[in-house]
Amino acid sequence: MTDPILRMDNVSKMFGGVRALKGVSLDVFPGDVLGIIGPNGSGKTTIVNSITGFIKPTSGKIYFKNKNITGKKPHKIADMGVTRTFQIMRPYYSLPAYKNLVIPLFSPRARRTGGWRGGGSLGNRQTVAIDILEEIGFERDSYIPFKTASTLPTGYLKRLELARCLSLKPEIIICDEVFSGLSMSEIASMVPLIERLQDDGITIVMIEHRLRELFQVANRVMVLNFGEKLIEGTPSEVMADEQVKEAYFGSEKVEEVMTYA
Amino acid sequence: MSTQKLRKERIDRGIKVRSDGLYALMSWRELSYLTLPRFILIAGLLALPFLIPGMYWQRVISIVCIYAILALSFDFLAHYVGLVSLGGAFFIGTGGYIAGILNSYFSIPPVFTIPLAAILGGAVCTLFILPCLPLKGVYFAIITLMYPLFMARVIEAFDIFGGTDGIVGIDSFSSAFVEQYFVIGMLLIFLFGIRRLVTTDRGLIFTAIMDNDQAVKASGINITQYKALAVFIASAMGCLGGACLTHIYMWSGISQFALDFSILPIAATVIGGAGTLVGPIIGCLILVPVSEFLRDFGTLRIVFYASILVGFILFRSDGIMVFGQRKYEQFERWTKI
Amino acid sequence: MEILVYGTINSVSLALMGLGFAMVYGISRIPNFAHGALYIICGFVTWTFFHKIGLPYSISIILSLGVNAILGMLMYRFILIRVRGMNISEIIASYAIGLIILEGLRFGGFRGMTYTLPVFMEGSMMIGGVPVDYHRLIMTIIGVLLITGLWVFTHYTKIGLALQGMAQDEQAALMLGIDSDLMAMLAMGFGAVLAGAAATLILPLGNIVVESGYHVLIMSIAVCIVGGLGSWMGAFFAAFIIGYAQILTSVFIGSHFQMVVAILAIILTLILKPSGLFGQQKELEERV
Ligand SMILES: Nc1ncnc2c1ncn2[C@@H]1O[C@H](COP(=O)(O)OP(=O)(O)OP(=O)(O)O)[C@@H](O)[C@H]1O
Ligand SMILES: [Mg+2]
Repeated sequence: MTDPILRMDNVSKMFGGVRALKGVSLDVFPGDVLGIIGPNGSGKTTIVNSITGFIKPTSGKIYFKNKNITGKKPHKIADMGVTRTFQIMRPYYSLPAYKNLVIPLFSPRARRTGGWRGGGSLGNRQTVAIDILEEIGFERDSYIPFKTASTLPTGYLKRLELARCLSLKPEIIICDEVFSGLSMSEIASMVPLIERLQDDGITIVMIEHRLRELFQVANRVMVLNFGEKLIEGTPSEVMADEQVKEAYFGSEKVEEVMTYA
Repeated sequence: MSTQKLRKERIDRGIKVRSDGLYALMSWRELSYLTLPRFILIAGLLALPFLIPGMYWQRVISIVCIYAILALSFDFLAHYVGLVSLGGAFFIGTGGYIAGILNSYFSIPPVFTIPLAAILGGAVCTLFILPCLPLKGVYFAIITLMYPLFMARVIEAFDIFGGTDGIVGIDSFSSAFVEQYFVIGMLLIFLFGIRRLVTTDRGLIFTAIMDNDQAVKASGINITQYKALAVFIASAMGCLGGACLTHIYMWSGISQFALDFSILPIAATVIGGAGTLVGPIIGCLILVPVSEFLRDFGTLRIVFYASILVGFILFRSDGIMVFGQRKYEQFERWTKI
Repeated sequence: MEILVYGTINSVSLALMGLGFAMVYGISRIPNFAHGALYIICGFVTWTFFHKIGLPYSISIILSLGVNAILGMLMYRFILIRVRGMNISEIIASYAIGLIILEGLRFGGFRGMTYTLPVFMEGSMMIGGVPVDYHRLIMTIIGVLLITGLWVFTHYTKIGLALQGMAQDEQAALMLGIDSDLMAMLAMGFGAVLAGAAATLILPLGNIVVESGYHVLIMSIAVCIVGGLGSWMGAFFAAFIIGYAQILTSVFIGSHFQMVVAILAIILTLILKPSGLFGQQKELEERV
């Protein structure tokens, strides 16, 4: 079996008196699409923040490709290719969409790799930015890539978040609720995008409340509850688990949640 | 009743709309529309030494420009990088002392002390501010406010660099003409340099850090590096101003760390228009002469500019520059709703 | 022994100076940089009532505390309310107000060494072989009483708890129907009274000079930053740390280092642990 590309080893996090994470261990293998689900406040975002260096775990270790990245600075971790989106999107509102991407293209990693499709050298930043935006669903010949971010609808902003990750030519993308706040049709158009990223060899960790779409793309799912890992397995295993039904879905039937979620 | 149904409508002038795009300059009229304000500013500043009578007021020109450089550096840091530094006096004092030390202890002529003071001073200030770069808001403001006080007290307590008497007997500029045109020239260079910087793609990173530093970090960019660069640029500007001040007065002393240098540029920025870069200069052109005029009345001048500052904050004014820009670029008329 | 006695006295006076600042910040999150000015103006107002108008000393003090309270509330009601929530503007605005008051006083002729207030009680006594005048003793005792009283007030009375609630979460307090503007105005008034109380306790020990307005401001910032902005207990402990550190340096190195110590304390705290000793945010971690 191959080595995990990302591994969390017994990670805990305390916020003052609140224990947001209690000894979570997790292995992510190259090419995985791993889903993380859990009720509100169960610590999902905290996991993302610990992996990407935005907070320092109180205890435990995090490895990327067998290298210890615990407590490293966010920009260092992003520079290694571990990228993330933010649950609360805050693009650079005053800038046009493509300029939002020009900024990450100034990072050392983008310069080394040349962006998503770049072959080791970075071309004109504005062209590269528009190329990436086109691939991610901003219609090239329309004026949308040139509109200021503050006028873009949520769907485009979520894509912009993904585009920022892609401009770094990432190895892993951790998506913190990219589907939430989107309409059904927007989600439907995002799912193939995720699948395409996976085909490109990018490992994806998805945090999601939208179970149906998640189970469609994920090959493994972890359930989090009060900062603890309840279970990890394939989507069907997770759906069948009694404990999960209790904790996460309450008394409702899983199928019902799947339909209405 | 009828008055309530009216509202003020603002419409962009035709030229403005066209010149905002790339396909702007169709005629001399439009070209002059764009360049006239710039031309007035540059020509006005360059003509100042000929327009102003009297030795005393001639000197005030240089002082105005030094304050303007300082205000410009404040505006850049605060509104393009998001670091609100209350430490203008720290920059002036550091630059002033370095120039004074280099000139009086090592007899280096002003031609070299001023650039050296700018670069060395910028490095020193950046080094001091480096550990506080992660701080935000109040914390950063307080620590930058404390540095000049600290330096003044340290110089006083250890009695170094002439203690409370300061360093005396420093060379002056070779003539008043050189002095004035040097500071005016530097002011213009800094103004257009910074305007250029903040509109380049790389300059956008500064603004991005101000808007959302998390996203910049997640993009794999070391924000401390960029913030330090911005602080270096701003403090080098301030230090250059301080060095000029030292050579103008042929003296450098503790009063160069006085809070005047921290507060007046802020007042000028608020009055002139925050984030406009030109605004702070206009603010200084108004504030500094009045405050010099009031110098005979002791501390009244501080009361004066502090009151103006409070007044502008109170009425939430955008500043002169924003107001002027609006008048220049838009019609206003009353329309029925 | 000398260090112990003078250290304690110095610490209590620092705590007194910082109390108003900590209080205002704790409740309304306004860094009131006019604190030093409020302190000094209370001294001059008392002086005016006492020497110029000829009121009895105690009445003068009470009246000038009242004047201070009104001044603080007016400051909030007419100026600071406009910049509420924008921390930097609050600092700049309140500092500008402070400058207007202080430099206005100086311009109005209040300078020189001629302004003094009488001590509460003449004479001195020996404590452990160190002479301490009665006024310093009274100041220390009242200071300690004031601080404990305030602590009891905020922890055990309804209004105090409301204030604490607001300090912790303004949004929630708003939803519970606590008028945050009213509270902030009261806090400013109360902070001004505390500044005035500190002034009437401390100023009789020396001359009333405008410069000490700046001095008091720096000291109160030092106390609050070292203790952790927004933490009253922290401010109290920090006053003791800085107070003793100042006395130690002035005994062993030289008295002109007192200010250096205070400012150094601010700088070091902000660099090493910005949230201070008892800061409410344990680490300055934000939600991402
Ligand atoms: N910076 C912080 N300071 C204090 N507590 C925090 C912080 N960040 C998170 N928490 C707490 O940690 C717990 C887990 O939060 P987290 O944001 O990880 O939940 P989540 O699973 O992402 O929830 P949601 O589905 O709402 O996004 C919550 O109780 C939250 O209040
Ligand atoms: Mg979350």
